[in-house]
Amino acid sequence: MSGAGGRLPAEGTKPIMTASLYERLGGEAAVDAAVDIFYRKVLADDRISQFFDTVDMDAQRAKQKAFLTFAFGGPNQYGGRDMRTAHAKMSLTEAHFDAVMENLGATLTELNVPEELIGEAAAIALSVKDDVLNR
Amino acid sequence: MSDRFFFHYEDTPVASATGETVLDSLVRSGVEVPSSCRAGACQSCLVRAREGSVPAQARKGLRSGQIQAGEFLACQCPAAPDLVLERAGRRPEVPALVAEVEPLRGDVLRVWVEPLEPLGWKAGQFIHLIRPDGLFRAYSISNTPESGRMELHVARLMGGAMSGWLACAVGEKVTLRGPLGECVYAPPSPETPLLLAGTGTGLSPLLGVLRDAMAQGHQGPIELLWGSPVSSRLYLLDELLELASSVPQLSVVVSALDNDAELAGLTETPLPDLFCTPDRPWRDLEVFLCGNAELVRTLKKKAYLAGATLARIHSDPFEAAQD
Repeated sequence: MSGAGGRLPAEGTKPIMTASLYERLGGEAAVDAAVDIFYRKVLADDRISQFFDTVDMDAQRAKQKAFLTFAFGGPNQYGGRDMRTAHAKMSLTEAHFDAVMENLGATLTELNVPEELIGEAAAIALSVKDDVLNR
Repeated sequence: MSDRFFFHYEDTPVASATGETVLDSLVRSGVEVPSSCRAGACQSCLVRAREGSVPAQARKGLRSGQIQAGEFLACQCPAAPDLVLERAGRRPEVPALVAEVEPLRGDVLRVWVEPLEPLGWKAGQFIHLIRPDGLFRAYSISNTPESGRMELHVARLMGGAMSGWLACAVGEKVTLRGPLGECVYAPPSPETPLLLAGTGTGLSPLLGVLRDAMAQGHQGPIELLWGSPVSSRLYLLDELLELASSVPQLSVVVSALDNDAELAGLTETPLPDLFCTPDRPWRDLEVFLCGNAELVRTLKKKAYLAGATLARIHSDPFEAAQD
């Protein structure tokens, strides 16, 4: 048990070990808190701002919310195919992807999310890297 | 144990059952509604309710314009037999009369249009004014609906097909489509500080929001920033300055980049500099932006980066027509 960071739950509560990542991160409220931090960061990041600096900011924010819901392990049925199609025409590079990952990490750090949970969310985001980069 | 019933989509009955979402039933019936996340986040599954009960949950994250139009997320709405639905984006069309045209200074016309069938609107929204030959332009409504006539501010453009026609169109029949738009007065509380900013005839919807705010007894501070490259285009300058002096919580700053010393009450500070002052309570503001499209988009981004809530920045950028 020791390496996993778990502990026995108090009687009557939900076992910590089996709560989903999404629940442990704080669910929809956590996504809402994260979206504006993340979106503001990428808008201000010259490496990738051109991909986020679109005409319809509200639609773009909704996309970021959907992405973060997905990265937080939340209820989102995005498949690899959706990610591939959505990014296919953007000619994205590894550097672009890494920059987004960096901003995701910084967002979660700013929200005082524990390292292990940041790692789990990052792993989910990384799982679609090949789809996003269309390779 | 679930009840089976029908609701209606585009005038066609759709088989459904309790426990299903509107999206579930539509997809099962073979209706092509786009969807992706099925979790209320991506907004692909927008649908419009003509009638029927839609819970707040199904409108979460939508803009005021969409909510006013009855749009909602199909994946978040439980199916119910009282729902009469249609695809999103459709707007009613009614015949109307061009009742009066009043030339204002600065080559702007004040055009009064009277819908000939009932058409509800809120000041600050816009309509598509459609000429008998089908040419249409979007114009914002600067007044509240009590009089039954819409007040539009139309800039006369060189060679402008619609503005040229409207100048002589008193008595003509037109069609109105809409209303649409995000610039509607609906703040969280009457104390909310409002920031209204725009250029040229972008004043029209801002004035609409201002008039609506005052009619509804708005208590909080209202700041209106209006700019134009040239002072000659400041078509309602005197009326605005008078309004500012008679409404205590209203502050008006008018900016023109040319130095016209004859006009009192003007500043030469450009609009973005007036807008981006650091002492604004961005987190508490309701922001309204109308007029030049590029400037509106720039100010929207600046407001958001400064800390304003995106859903509380209401913008209707004026795009030049291409036909």
